[in-house]
Amino acid sequence: MQFYDNHILTVILLTPLVGALLLLFIPRENENAHRTLGNAFGLLGFVVSLPLLWRFDPSVSGYQFLENVDWIPSIGARYTLGIDGISYLLVILTTALGAISILSSWSAIQVRKKEYYILFLLLQVGMLGVFMALDFFLFYVFWEVMLVPMYFLIGVWGSDRRLYAAIKFFLYTLAGSVIMLVAILALYFRAQQITGQYTFDVPTLLGTAPQFSTLVQQYLFWGFFFAFAIKVPMFPFHTWLPDAHTEAPTAGSVILAGVLLKMGTYGFLRFSLPLLPTDAAARQEIINILMVVSIIGIIYGALVCMMQKDMKKLIAYSSVSHLGFCTLGIFALTPQGLAGSIIQQINHGISTGALFLLIGVLYERRHTRLISEFGGLSTPMPSFAAIYLIMTLSSLGLPLLNGFIGEFTILLGVYQVSVGWTAWAVVGIVLGAAYLLWLYQRVMFGPVTNPANEHLPDLNAREYATLVPLVVLAFWIGIYPKPLFTILEQPVRQIVQQVNPGYYSATGAAAVRPPVVSSQGPGQSQSVLASPGSSASIVAAAAPVAKR
Amino acid sequence: MDNFSQDFFLILPQVELTLFGLAILVFDFMLGVRDKTGNAVFAMLGVLFSGISLYRLHGLGADPVGGFTSSIVVDPFFVFFGAIFLAALALVILLSVRYLQIEEEHHGEYYALLLFATVGMMFMASGYDLIVQFLGLETMAISFYILTGFLRGQRRSNEAAVKYLLLGAFSSGLLAYGFSLLYGISAMADVRGPMGMPLMLPRTNIDVIRAALEQRGPSDLLVLLAIVTVAAGLFFKVAAVPFHQWAPDVYEGAPTTITAYISVASKTASFALLLRLFVYGFWPVRVNWIDVIAAVAVASLTIGNFAALTQTNVKRLLAYSSISHAGYVLLGLVAALSGEEGNATGLTGIAFYLFAYAFMTAGAFAIVIVLRRQGLIGDELDDMNGLYQRSPASAVLLLIFMLSLAGIPPLAGFVGKYYIFLALIQTGHYYLAIFGALYIVPALYYYFRVVVHAWLREPTAAGEMRVTAAQSVALAVMCAVTIIAGVYPEPFIQMATHSLSLPAAILGR
Repeated sequence: MQFYDNHILTVILLTPLVGALLLLFIPRENENAHRTLGNAFGLLGFVVSLPLLWRFDPSVSGYQFLENVDWIPSIGARYTLGIDGISYLLVILTTALGAISILSSWSAIQVRKKEYYILFLLLQVGMLGVFMALDFFLFYVFWEVMLVPMYFLIGVWGSDRRLYAAIKFFLYTLAGSVIMLVAILALYFRAQQITGQYTFDVPTLLGTAPQFSTLVQQYLFWGFFFAFAIKVPMFPFHTWLPDAHTEAPTAGSVILAGVLLKMGTYGFLRFSLPLLPTDAAARQEIINILMVVSIIGIIYGALVCMMQKDMKKLIAYSSVSHLGFCTLGIFALTPQGLAGSIIQQINHGISTGALFLLIGVLYERRHTRLISEFGGLSTPMPSFAAIYLIMTLSSLGLPLLNGFIGEFTILLGVYQVSVGWTAWAVVGIVLGAAYLLWLYQRVMFGPVTNPANEHLPDLNAREYATLVPLVVLAFWIGIYPKPLFTILEQPVRQIVQQVNPGYYSATGAAAVRPPVVSSQGPGQSQSVLASPGSSASIVAAAAPVAKR
Repeated sequence: MDNFSQDFFLILPQVELTLFGLAILVFDFMLGVRDKTGNAVFAMLGVLFSGISLYRLHGLGADPVGGFTSSIVVDPFFVFFGAIFLAALALVILLSVRYLQIEEEHHGEYYALLLFATVGMMFMASGYDLIVQFLGLETMAISFYILTGFLRGQRRSNEAAVKYLLLGAFSSGLLAYGFSLLYGISAMADVRGPMGMPLMLPRTNIDVIRAALEQRGPSDLLVLLAIVTVAAGLFFKVAAVPFHQWAPDVYEGAPTTITAYISVASKTASFALLLRLFVYGFWPVRVNWIDVIAAVAVASLTIGNFAALTQTNVKRLLAYSSISHAGYVLLGLVAALSGEEGNATGLTGIAFYLFAYAFMTAGAFAIVIVLRRQGLIGDELDDMNGLYQRSPASAVLLLIFMLSLAGIPPLAGFVGKYYIFLALIQTGHYYLAIFGALYIVPALYYYFRVVVHAWLREPTAAGEMRVTAAQSVALAVMCAVTIIAGVYPEPFIQMATHSLSLPAAILGR
């Protein structure tokens, strides 16, 4: 217990690894044992991460649960783990979606079960490591390690064009990563010239970034940019995504959409933003490019969705559109934009993950994903249709569901920067509603056109177990998002203060009411949102007045 | 220093290997046809004894100790490379027994020649005199010419041997010509011993050559000619572009165990010689050739990687990949020699890279060797099909070696590449670093072609795979080193840093 208290992140990180090693020693004939143990460790991975919920202190700025051990002293690389509000949410998302997707594979994976569960657990280790690592070397190791299991998940258990999709995914991501490696090394030496010591410590290295010349900052920014932009994926780098998502097995798609893409946005938040040039003109130039690219991604992704014949491909392209919102929010550089973007990342994990699961359910029953094969499914599968509807609405941003909170907050954040960009982004929302509802209409409503669909069984207990938690989360975030905003308050504030120092002094609000900000809400995002948090902060602000 | 017994002690590892090699030649006659494994045991004993002697030399410390009027030197550099050669030799012997039985060419000469080749390599690493170095190189090369053609019944083995011999002789000629020019330069130069005393060292000594080159200066035409010819000869031996054409044919034709040994030990030994000459000997005139090396490195990376993309034979594929690995090591050399005082990171990177390369490449070849069965060569990509179903452990090992070769963390190959990039960036070679890093992408593609065949294709060749105990030991060792040196590289980095550093004499301190 003592060990767990002091090394909670290591325990979360290594639980799936222990599971994978254990599975390695069970003979392959014993398929049920693999399946059961795989699920057990998936669940265990989630359970050991649960104590974070009450141990994480959102009022602390900076990283928590730090662990710091010497690893390779010759180059200054250390085993440093730690999480702040952003990575905290993503870690929980990873363990939760991991457990759910492993459960969803129960009957879908019929061959090579042993390897499947081993690789899936290894994938979990890689993804968790990326979100926890506070050492660039360690971060890079996890970032790369994760590619290998994903390659095999797509390549072995995928559908027809799996080999092509798998290697495309691997090569695209690798190309970005190796450039990032060079950028990391460049940063390492630049920082050494300032601090005088060789270290890969993330906060230290990024802390020196503002002292570089504008040119160096620009080079470093673009050096990191490609790795993250390919991962997200941003518009011109997105071509691997439809292939990988469509060919991957259901659980693979859920993890790809739910967690892997977030590694890109996480990278932007954690590494790219602090590297933005301090020079206002140079920064604006980069921001303009990225905003335009994000908006192209939103609209292009949505338009392409309209034309898809394959349900899974449609959802895959919708990720391009939704992640465009996330990057839009990030590069607005306002607290609302950032907080909204992070919440939208979580939302996207929930709703797109659920949609992939639902398509997986259909695929297991019919072995096709073509929209034209279906129609009128709400008659034989009413519960399925209901959950599908909730997730569709959540994905298109209906109020009271999670998608609305994210998109709305992002738009608020972007609006403060430019009305024009906001207007373009709203077009994306409208198109999103169009393609999602049109898809729903074609698949669910009307008479059952295809006789094969007449007697499809509705969801079974296991499928409920994978979907209901996501539905609950969707409603919870949609109705009461305050805990998320509270968690994000400190890290977002820190980022904005570093990359957009003019923001707080210009609006003045946060600076004028320091007690409110430190004790309660993230200043801007809450009061503007008129969420329950804002009333609390009003009360808090009013309290001293009343005493007087 | 001229005490003969002490000098003898300094070459004891080589002497022991030679004696065991000769003994194998004699005892081979006494062994029955079925007992030829005894030769392998004997050879392993030789490695063991030599290893112990080498370990005792390791105890001499970090300062170089010269012997035989400084024509050989024992320093961490030699101990490091000697250890790699012996380790590779032991692994190859373990892999060879079964392979030779299948090929029905189980003769004692095979092991004797392996030992003699290793003696040559060790003299290449310890030689501090052009003549000793050249003799070492030729001892190694001639042994390899014979070993390449060891499968007398196979045409492609014979063809490879002839090709290797002709081109190898040509490159040795170039090297000898370069050496003679160097000798001329140093014989004409006015080099004096300490405190102006007449020089007691031969004119072929590396220190004398360095002093002579320093007097001549980098712009001298004769110096340029000498360095270009020496470089060409050595580039041939390490299979760097444009002197690489022999590699794919020889790799494909030679018995796979020998291919492994050529690609691992012969290349490492040639790099040892190259480093000894270029870093220790040609240091004063490095401005001359640093761009040449960069160009050769880039060309090796380009041609090696792109030619490997379309290969259908695993041995050829690995041949081209080893060309690209030579490119990475040369990039490290570019970094190591930049700047007034050189770059220690670059040298560490080279040493680590060669160390990692030895084990992961040997591992990759070992899988091909394990695949070899009666009536099936086992080195086409299609022969790998379904390896996963036939032998899951071999498939996992193959995956680990391929990932390491491509440079995916946390494996040894990644740390090696990482150090090369680190050094390039430290010395300001940003473009070379980006260039080298981007070549990981095509490299991964062709390494994964092998993986795809092994993991994702259905088995075409039926039948169980048999892995002997000796092969398992060898595979386990290679795999363990590849993983440990990747996950916890610290001790290996220390070792690399200790082994390869610029001597104080060169830096003028």
